[in-house]
Amino acid sequence: METNDVFDPLAIAERWMDDGRMVALATVIETWGSAPRPVGSHLVIDGAGNFHGSVSGGCVEGAVIGEAMEVIADGEPRLLEFGVADETAWRVGLSCGGRIRVYVERVG
Amino acid sequence: MDPYLLRKLNTERAARRAVIHLTDLGDGRDRVIREGDPVAGPLGEAIARAFRSGRSGLVEVEDRKFFLNVHLPPARIVAIGAVHISQALARMAVVAGFDITIIDPRTAFATEERFAGIDLVADWPEDVLKARPLDAYTALVAVTHDPKIDDFPLSQALTTGCFYVGALGSRKTHAKRVERLTALGHGAAEIARISAPIGLDIGAASPAEIAVAILADIVAHLRRRPLLGAGP
Repeated sequence: METNDVFDPLAIAERWMDDGRMVALATVIETWGSAPRPVGSHLVIDGAGNFHGSVSGGCVEGAVIGEAMEVIADGEPRLLEFGVADETAWRVGLSCGGRIRVYVERVG
Repeated sequence: MDPYLLRKLNTERAARRAVIHLTDLGDGRDRVIREGDPVAGPLGEAIARAFRSGRSGLVEVEDRKFFLNVHLPPARIVAIGAVHISQALARMAVVAGFDITIIDPRTAFATEERFAGIDLVADWPEDVLKARPLDAYTALVAVTHDPKIDDFPLSQALTTGCFYVGALGSRKTHAKRVERLTALGHGAAEIARISAPIGLDIGAASPAEIAVAILADIVAHLRRRPLLGAGP
């Protein structure tokens, strides 16, 4: 009723699964410092690289989607960590200075 | 993640029931736990804490790492009575992060002009609550002063276990209300759950101040609520 199903990653994951698409689910499981998205946030990814939701508000989604492709392919869950180790770590990092760990698993 | 569990998780969330999606990060196995489901040992204690705080996070039990993702239904307020207090309460509730619905069959009170942008239903609670039932994550606030309007939703709130049940009125008014609710079959312990006089005792005088007292009382009940199935 109140929950906006259209943008709810878990509802989208179920719909995609029903459509016969391969689906991976990424979840923020730990944060340190100022992380942009709270623990429990989801990003849902399909086999073609379509995605909904967010684990960082845009900073590391590209890298997570890349890993999700491999998770979909081999079915093995992965634990990813992102953060700003030093000033040169700009390519895939959180500009806010926080660190996050993301768990990526295949649905099914 | 097990596809069956994804369906179960979504079904429970859509039905406004509290659930935890538990994942063993060692082997990737997962399960969905409903509030009140028995889980033994330290993991069970961590689960109970997570249901109470609503916070997701990692838990280590006997050298195994688990991730608990807590899904609590969004708390909401249903106010019976489109009165002056509700006008203030509706605006404050939104700021505090609550969904709010105002129900009042009196069309003179329940006007779009008085409640612009607020979910307002100008109908009898008996009819409205059939389609939109109360539940444990709903606060029921009855402020019409009229037993014909207030009594039914108050009774429903006690039956469905609303985390907060508040009723406006003096002690004398409330004593009569207690008699009527007793006649409807509610026990003394159940009726004692009603906050009456409504709201925290902060000496509130104006309608807006009473709304502050009510909202603070609702937050206190939400954050200190006992777990389902854990007894009173």
